[in-house]
Amino acid sequence: MATYDVVIIGGGPGGYNAAIRAGQLGLKAAVVEKGPTLGGTCLNVGCMPSKALLHASEMFDAAANHFAELGIEAVAKLNLPQMMKQKADSVGALTKGIEFLFKKNKVDWIKGAGKLAGPGRVEVTAANGSLSSLEAKNIVIASGSEPSPLPGVAVDQQRIVDSTGALSLPEVPKSLIVIGAGVIGLELGSVWRRLGAEVTVVEFLDRITPGMDAEVAKTFQRALTKQGMAFKLASKVTGALASETDVSLTVEPVAGGAAETMAADYVLLAVGRRPFTEGLGLDSVGIMPDRRGFIETDHWKTSAPGVWAIGDVTLGPMLAHKAEEEAVACIETIAGKAGHADLRLIPSVVYTVPEVAWVGQTEEELKAAGRAYKVGKFPFSANSRAKINHETEGFVKVLADPATDEVLGVHMIGPSVSEMIGECCLAMAFKAASEDIARICHPHPTRSEALRQAAMGVEGWTMQA
Amino acid sequence: MADITTPALGESVTEATVARWAKKPGDSVRKDEILVELETDKVSLEVASPTDGVLSEVAAEEGATVTPGALLGRVTNGAAAAAPVEKPAATVVAVKPEPAPTPPSPSPSPVMAPSAQRIATENNLDPAAIAGSGKDGRITKGDALAALETRANVPAPPATPAGTREVHAREERVRMTRLRQTIARRLKEAQTNAAMLTTFNEVDMSAVMAARAHYKDAFERRHGVKLGFMGFFVKAVVAALKQIPDVNAEIDGADIIYKNYYDIGVAVGTERGLVVPVLRDADALSLAGVEKAIGDLGRKARDGTLALEDLQGGTFTISNGGVYGSLMSTPILNAPQSGILGMHKIQDRPVAVGGQVVIRPMMYLALSYDHRVVDGQGAVTFLVAVKDAIEDPQRLLLDI
Repeated sequence: MATYDVVIIGGGPGGYNAAIRAGQLGLKAAVVEKGPTLGGTCLNVGCMPSKALLHASEMFDAAANHFAELGIEAVAKLNLPQMMKQKADSVGALTKGIEFLFKKNKVDWIKGAGKLAGPGRVEVTAANGSLSSLEAKNIVIASGSEPSPLPGVAVDQQRIVDSTGALSLPEVPKSLIVIGAGVIGLELGSVWRRLGAEVTVVEFLDRITPGMDAEVAKTFQRALTKQGMAFKLASKVTGALASETDVSLTVEPVAGGAAETMAADYVLLAVGRRPFTEGLGLDSVGIMPDRRGFIETDHWKTSAPGVWAIGDVTLGPMLAHKAEEEAVACIETIAGKAGHADLRLIPSVVYTVPEVAWVGQTEEELKAAGRAYKVGKFPFSANSRAKINHETEGFVKVLADPATDEVLGVHMIGPSVSEMIGECCLAMAFKAASEDIARICHPHPTRSEALRQAAMGVEGWTMQA
Repeated sequence: MADITTPALGESVTEATVARWAKKPGDSVRKDEILVELETDKVSLEVASPTDGVLSEVAAEEGATVTPGALLGRVTNGAAAAAPVEKPAATVVAVKPEPAPTPPSPSPSPVMAPSAQRIATENNLDPAAIAGSGKDGRITKGDALAALETRANVPAPPATPAGTREVHAREERVRMTRLRQTIARRLKEAQTNAAMLTTFNEVDMSAVMAARAHYKDAFERRHGVKLGFMGFFVKAVVAALKQIPDVNAEIDGADIIYKNYYDIGVAVGTERGLVVPVLRDADALSLAGVEKAIGDLGRKARDGTLALEDLQGGTFTISNGGVYGSLMSTPILNAPQSGILGMHKIQDRPVAVGGQVVIRPMMYLALSYDHRVVDGQGAVTFLVAVKDAIEDPQRLLLDI
């Protein structure tokens, strides 16, 4: 039986980064992955393919609707199979990249479904049903998450799809109903709207994107509405009936009242994700997931000796970069180093147009905590680069402590803000004051100047608005 | 005509105050004659005329703050108006160093956020004295603001303009000298930063006084210097520091720096304030060497001829309030040092010795220490070691 220092169950961003770090630190490591490729949800059916479609559909939308105003005359014609192929090619290349990194760091990839079989043992069931067993000094559970179901809405991946199905629709729907106004629903809804679908988003809450700063969310909803996305908030989907050609949904107001029926070619169910722990053999080591299925940990240590958990199966935001952060910290802790991950500094990003990105606390969270704060804001309409590029929607908002001026949160909606939020994470990790951002040179002309101007605004010296 | 400009003020000193003009406009001056006296945080210095002539202009009045290169005044050559322009460099004649009670920290300057840098520069804060709470001890804006607030509680911080309280008929407002401001700030910083407390003991001076009476003349004949008490105390302190190295250490961020050398600051009162010249490598000096060195430093202090390096880098300080009659006191640490010994007046008191009440020349001893570095046992043991060595000086000879 093969013996390892670390056996990791799951080859997603948590698992593969843990494996690479373990290899770097000289630990003998293996990853057990039940899928045919490495990379997990993120790479195969999540972040990566959705970004491929977001980019391609954005280019299509630009060619169809915005080239003319730049003085470019072109006829945009969609080739959906080619769009899907380039997506698959990129994803394929990326999964191969992880295989290469495994080889480089001497990590074994064990193909099959991993399952805990008592302390220090992992049982692997291969695709052909054959069983094998691994011995491990440490076991890291990185099994990730799966789309949450909704009672009354049965996903068939034909007419009623989840996020995985929505990445590979065979045609552009004439109409698409998205259940859930979260990040996934709005990103994939945006893809199909740009390609020509009429998109309606039905949301249980009376606002979109819970967790996002309310002022940003309001601006975000207005922007999406302007693009043609329709919203039906405070509404509950109680049933879905799919036929060969369409779906009919029963929708009720959350506050009570008459139900109505909505019809569309396709329905995307995107009401969130839940931790994946089924069939992991947790009971063989005495781990009891909580009510919602999460594995509780203390610095990634579970209640079972030698068993660790990271990523979506643990509490906290279900984000690839959160899992990656924990992977490094967990493995370094296993290796006797000072592993550290600060969950307060995990940024959130929505890759729509405009993009939304934030880190730290929202105004609502600060108010709820009774914490005083100061606000600095700067609109992209006053930013020269955004103006030149005709991308003036949105703003940057910096929240800071009124006494120490320490940055408490940064909230951005606008062009390329996904690439600007890392700077804010760095600043906050170093306990930077808003004045520090304001006093650090930013290149001109870039959108990042909007961040600097907003930071100036905290102490009332915004110069360019 | 020659411009009289502010000379370079030395490392880390960026500005000076014009303390006193020795000449009035119109006075004739000779080359190398003192024109004006400047005062900084650390030293005072005199600027002399580079040429014979007449002081034609005073550009910086007394009390003005000047930076290196700033114009102080002009000296016109007495004879011809068309005389060639003299070299504009003023010469510094004598450096009259005035002690900062704390030597500048030798540690490299800490990493500061841009905002913290601004606050420190604008408010003349010493970055080395700000405790950093950021990653790896970096100084954040909050830290700098906190340091500023702490200093605001100290009377008359240097960058603050004169106070605003109205002065009544029978009151007088006097601007603090830079030296006094620095003393005030450093003392307050020591109180704020250290976990300072004081332990007491008393010492029977009979043995030292007897030795002194017996060998006074022979000692002076041999060494050319009087046998005082200080030599005994310095030797006793060095022995005790070797026994309790914590007292000779200092805190630097999250580390403690232990010093395997013994540079003992000896506080000396002068008419301008307290000066603490440092006795280097006191462990390597004989009793006579200590007495000689103390005599030299005391003389330089009173003459105002101490050099900056005479004042920097002590590892422990001895303060003798006894010369003014103090019976007991709690000295304040000379940061970043972790201990200071207070000596006091020798007074005949009845004490119990072997069941009998006898009269003995007694002195109270006080050790103020930084409890962050030195624990209570170490502090008390240190003071008992000093007491034992003074009561029985042969212990020093035998190294026990």
